[in-house]
Amino acid sequence: MLENFSFRTIVEYLPLFGQGLITTVWLSALSFVGALIVGIVLCAMNLQRGWLFRVPAKAYIDAVRATPLLAQLYFLYFGLPRLGFVLPELVVGILALSLNSGAYIAEIIRAGILSIPRGQVEASVASGMTYVQRMRLVVLPQAFKVTIPPLLGQAIVLVKDSALLSLISVSELTRAGQLLASDRFMPAEGFLTIAAFYLLLYYGLKGLAGVSSRWLGTAGART
Amino acid sequence: MIWQQLQSLAGSYPLALRGLGMTVMLSLISLVLGTLLGFGLGILRTGGNRLISGLIGAWVDLIRGTPFLVQIFLIFFILPEFGIELDAFTAGIIALTNLAACFICEIVVAGIRSVPTGQVEAALASGLSRLQRMRQVVLPQAMRIVLPPLVGQYVLLIKDSSVVSAIGLTDLTRVGWLVVQRVPNGLLVFFLVGVGYFIVCYPLIMLARRLEQRMGAAHGEVQL
Repeated sequence: MLENFSFRTIVEYLPLFGQGLITTVWLSALSFVGALIVGIVLCAMNLQRGWLFRVPAKAYIDAVRATPLLAQLYFLYFGLPRLGFVLPELVVGILALSLNSGAYIAEIIRAGILSIPRGQVEASVASGMTYVQRMRLVVLPQAFKVTIPPLLGQAIVLVKDSALLSLISVSELTRAGQLLASDRFMPAEGFLTIAAFYLLLYYGLKGLAGVSSRWLGTAGART
Repeated sequence: MIWQQLQSLAGSYPLALRGLGMTVMLSLISLVLGTLLGFGLGILRTGGNRLISGLIGAWVDLIRGTPFLVQIFLIFFILPEFGIELDAFTAGIIALTNLAACFICEIVVAGIRSVPTGQVEAALASGLSRLQRMRQVVLPQAMRIVLPPLVGQYVLLIKDSSVVSAIGLTDLTRVGWLVVQRVPNGLLVFFLVGVGYFIVCYPLIMLARRLEQRMGAAHGEVQL
């Protein structure tokens, strides 16, 4: 049983957990920005009529969705040095998370744009709007509304996925738990504490998703 | 040099097959168990008992709010402290089944809630028992909403099974990790690992898409 559960050790390791938490937060935030960029580019490619951009974008999205993040992470971690890019683990991790989440975000944005009724687009064409005006004034504001809740859902997934970076020894939150588990042989203290920290992040983002969907008047986010 | 590497890779194909077998077996067992458990939890959660449904909701939230890697570590390293000794395979199955059950529970709840109350009331008025109501009225209609995300969930499950390599199970990802120590060509090795997963997952992704279109069309007909 857990009668030897040592809160004192947890307090002792608290600075390490704090650092891990901060690292997890900022590397997730950075990866999310990266994923947004990747997602927007992929989605723009995917919505083209010509096959030249559409086919590679589709292939990329399918390849990412059909393989595990861990394999993608190892692909970059063991593969990039071979191409002459010797990058720090942290950078490889952020790159992997951005490239992975980007594929999902591309699909979220596409669903948002396609959810706009055709009539809206036809009406704006009939009103004599240019392509840019149509996108800026009619399509994107409406797509934005539909997109925010699932994007926050993807942010939650990304934060949880970032735990995998501990396996290429990035010192984020899960790594902090592993250190306590292996240094002091206290897996319960280590892993329960980081689970609590992840829950904190989860409820924070979930609350944000709830607020945003009420604010935007759309259905709740599915994570 | 690339020729030598290819030869060396060809030599490790029995290992790769074993890894693929492990991945498929882990996913398959936890898929079946997780589906059964998930449907049970989903039905209980919509059953009307506040306490039970609150408890299930809280548990599902805990599982959805923490990384799967942390869950595996918790199960593998902490259950022994309660006197339950687990080998890595059992721990992996428990972790994956639990994860699948929680996500499937949510899918089933959404499906059951999508059935119009009039249907349930009509079943009540026809004097159907609780079990009959669930089995003959609610679930068949809920399946239309449940099926596409359920298949999508199976894809996620197969991918998540790669994380159990962290506690030393020799699944496909772990095989890649082992091989890359001998054949220092990460691009090639993990490309092949990716192909392995792709072969298993892609048909399921296609199936989920097809179901989504078909169920969407069926839904449209009913609403007309």
